[in-house]
Amino acid sequence: MKFITSLILTALLSFAACLFLPWWSIAIAAFIVAVLIPQHVGKAFLTGFLALFILWGGLSFWISNSNEHLLAHKVSMLILKMDNPYVLMLATALIGALVAGFAALSGSLLKKNK
Amino acid sequence: MRIALSVLAAAVTAALIIILNTTMLLPAPLGKLLSPQHGVWQNAEKANEDFTADLKFPQLNGKVNVYLDERLVPHIFAEQENDAYFVQGYLHAKFRLWQMELQTFAAGGRVSEILGEKGLNHDREFRRLGMVYAAEIAAKEMERDPVLKAECDAYTAGVNTYIEALTESTLPVEYKLIGYKPERWSNLKTALFLKYMCYDLSAREDDFEMTNAKSYFSSDDFTKLYPAIQDSLDPIIPKGTTFPTQKIFPKAPANADSVYLNTKETVAVENEKPDRGNGSNNWAVSAAKTKNAAPILCNDPHLGLNLPSLWYEVQISTPAFNAYGVSFPGAPGVVIGFNDSCAFGVTNGGRDVRDYYEIQFKDDSRQEYLFNGVYHSTSFRIDTIKIKGKPDYIDSVAYVQLGNDWCPVMFDKAYNGGRTGNTKNYAVRWTAHDPSTDLKYFNLINRASNYTDYLAAAVYFKSPGQNCAFACKNGDIAMRTQGNWPAKWKGQGDFIMPGTDTSYLWQGMIPQDEVPFQYNPERGFISSANQKPVDETYPYYIGRNYPMYRGFQINRRLSAMSNITPQDMMALQTDNYNALAEMIMPLFLKGIKENELNNDEKKYLDLLKGWNLRNDVGSKAATIFETFWENFQDTVFNDEFAKAPKVIMHPFESSLLEGLLKDSAYKFLDNINTSQTENLADEVTAAFKKTALELKKAELAGKLDWEKYKATHVDHLAKLAPFSKTNLPIGGGVHNINATKQTHGPSWRMVISLTKETEAYGVYPGGQSGNPGSKYYDNFVDQWATGKYYTLWMMTKGEEKDKRVKAMMSFSKS
Repeated sequence: MKFITSLILTALLSFAACLFLPWWSIAIAAFIVAVLIPQHVGKAFLTGFLALFILWGGLSFWISNSNEHLLAHKVSMLILKMDNPYVLMLATALIGALVAGFAALSGSLLKKNK
Repeated sequence: MRIALSVLAAAVTAALIIILNTTMLLPAPLGKLLSPQHGVWQNAEKANEDFTADLKFPQLNGKVNVYLDERLVPHIFAEQENDAYFVQGYLHAKFRLWQMELQTFAAGGRVSEILGEKGLNHDREFRRLGMVYAAEIAAKEMERDPVLKAECDAYTAGVNTYIEALTESTLPVEYKLIGYKPERWSNLKTALFLKYMCYDLSAREDDFEMTNAKSYFSSDDFTKLYPAIQDSLDPIIPKGTTFPTQKIFPKAPANADSVYLNTKETVAVENEKPDRGNGSNNWAVSAAKTKNAAPILCNDPHLGLNLPSLWYEVQISTPAFNAYGVSFPGAPGVVIGFNDSCAFGVTNGGRDVRDYYEIQFKDDSRQEYLFNGVYHSTSFRIDTIKIKGKPDYIDSVAYVQLGNDWCPVMFDKAYNGGRTGNTKNYAVRWTAHDPSTDLKYFNLINRASNYTDYLAAAVYFKSPGQNCAFACKNGDIAMRTQGNWPAKWKGQGDFIMPGTDTSYLWQGMIPQDEVPFQYNPERGFISSANQKPVDETYPYYIGRNYPMYRGFQINRRLSAMSNITPQDMMALQTDNYNALAEMIMPLFLKGIKENELNNDEKKYLDLLKGWNLRNDVGSKAATIFETFWENFQDTVFNDEFAKAPKVIMHPFESSLLEGLLKDSAYKFLDNINTSQTENLADEVTAAFKKTALELKKAELAGKLDWEKYKATHVDHLAKLAPFSKTNLPIGGGVHNINATKQTHGPSWRMVISLTKETEAYGVYPGGQSGNPGSKYYDNFVDQWATGKYYTLWMMTKGEEKDKRVKAMMSFSKS
């Protein structure tokens, strides 16, 4: 239950933060949630990781899909040197996931585990 | 322990963020770029994006409604004229901001700020050419005219209103990818953009190249390679036209022969040049020649083909006028288009309006220069060039006063354009430095309703000088070769001139009433294609190097046509007939020694023999001819040029063609490195054998068809390949009316039939949106490549509910 709550909260808080703050505010969001809802460190990392993997992966897919992947084709060629929108979405998801995962890890280590 | 681990995890997070937010380790700041709420994903425009908006701004005085049609062309309806320019600025910024700003950075010598050190040479050259100096003069002149000032102020305010509302996520994608932010717009930036067009269209001289050619070749050879006039020239103003009485009598200095025309000095500098192909076609046919008994005006400006396009289609409707056509993102008004009474278009005048003078400084400090026997004080302009990732570069440019004009000393010991060994100083005198209000032409022509209005508008077009075509519903057609043209004596400005006294300076500008023009000519049409505008009877010297085969073909076709429809005109604009080939082919075929050819060579020759002289899609013979013509010129001239200075003028293409037509024992056919005397047959055969080897390679690569061989592409302005369109299936070439080259060609094709209800057609190789993430980014390109047009919709009040209207943006005072 804690896991699901943390995951949803991290995703929601990240989304809200990014409306006003730079992209790396996802780290702050994941950190705060990990401090407020203590979990085992491994679980905490997974929470942050998955929350942003789903959020950023989902958002990029949703945006790209309504764009008929027009830009993703071009940008994947430009950045990844391969024409594959889905790899670009995966890269997006992984970047968010890693940053949030480590931030959550840091947050959970601050709190004593029950 | 846990605290230490927490700090460690926080440090890893911070390190990840820094790596993903910068380019220290990664080629791009991937975190920032790929964040779905900030980065490039935000530029992925919805396929069914709704552009409807209700916007309120304090700068507006009335109501403006913008109807975006299915091609995303805005139809601007404004209650107040200046509000229309505000909205035009807003829309230019909304759809084309990155390109607008980049063009002004290029114009003002600020590319290094974006690209780093590799832009420095360009930046120094453009500043030394006085581009910013010219723009400052132009902006000042513009602001002295209250009408223009209000227009430009409104436009600038519109651009800035859009820029101010930008956030990190709404920045155009190129800013995100390259990593910088837009500046505020200003009237000076509009002037800079217009000066960029001056550079593109009026900086194409060959003074350095010609100076070296003159020193390298004997005077006799020089005249053969670079003749002052061509036999097959069909000028813009037909031969035999009587010109008005001459009012200015430019006088060559007494010592011109000994210290200028016949000197053998060489130069060791090289300058950046706009594309030689920057030119255009325009023509108008009278009502008597058309099926609908209404004049038709056509225009296709040939410029570098880029994405986003140089052009942005727009309709501007105000209480004072209603105009439709293409505009420049960066400037207010419609540049080429039509209104309710007439149609207007331009081609480049192409005359030499940029000359160089050799300056004698007293010493290396450049503090004083010799003029009319006395030393005068130099004025310095200090240019600080910012370079991305590097310290600033400070360049000091000397300005000297030649007569009344302050001219930048563009080349000196500190700058030679990339060549070494220059010890001389060259000041540049260029008409783009003179005050002018060329925007006034657009302002007035947009509202012109008759020939008198057109005349009043045309006189404002000073730089870059243009051949202004005009047609009116009342039946008038006209052409003026308009511009600020120095009145030159024969040979003035062909080479670098002495800059130590008054005698070599320009002695005045050709008076407006002596500018060659045509008004309702008997032949029933006016036309220009950058050829020399007049024959030898014109009293002023206007240079020697002009392209002429397109003009020749257009005039021949128009003369023969009658009962013309707009569709005929579209077919003519996209015509791939090769007039140069028509003239040279008989000589080739007569000369070639067939018995010396192998099987491959014979096969190619047979294809060439069966050629219909058209550079069409699918034509193998066109590839054979074009490759052959290149090789033939090399075969004929490479021996003579082997020891020439690196910076040298190559013979005009017409020189070889006309030389051979006059005398098949043309002097340059002989290879000076062999003991025997080569003739036409030898040279043609040798060139064809060389050509066959290249053709074989192309054939093996599956690229023998002309469009594949030529491979026309429209590049993104920052040369980002995925944002470009490549391998377009389009024919044409340099000597075709459809002057489509590899990266250059008809940047806007327009046909306007001035029937009671105007019938208008147009297309450009681009799209209305500059966003590579929009489906409107390049959606016109295929239509353009296949020679098709769109019907241009001059929307009228009452059509707001038309199904072509896809969205409405309403602008009002807040």
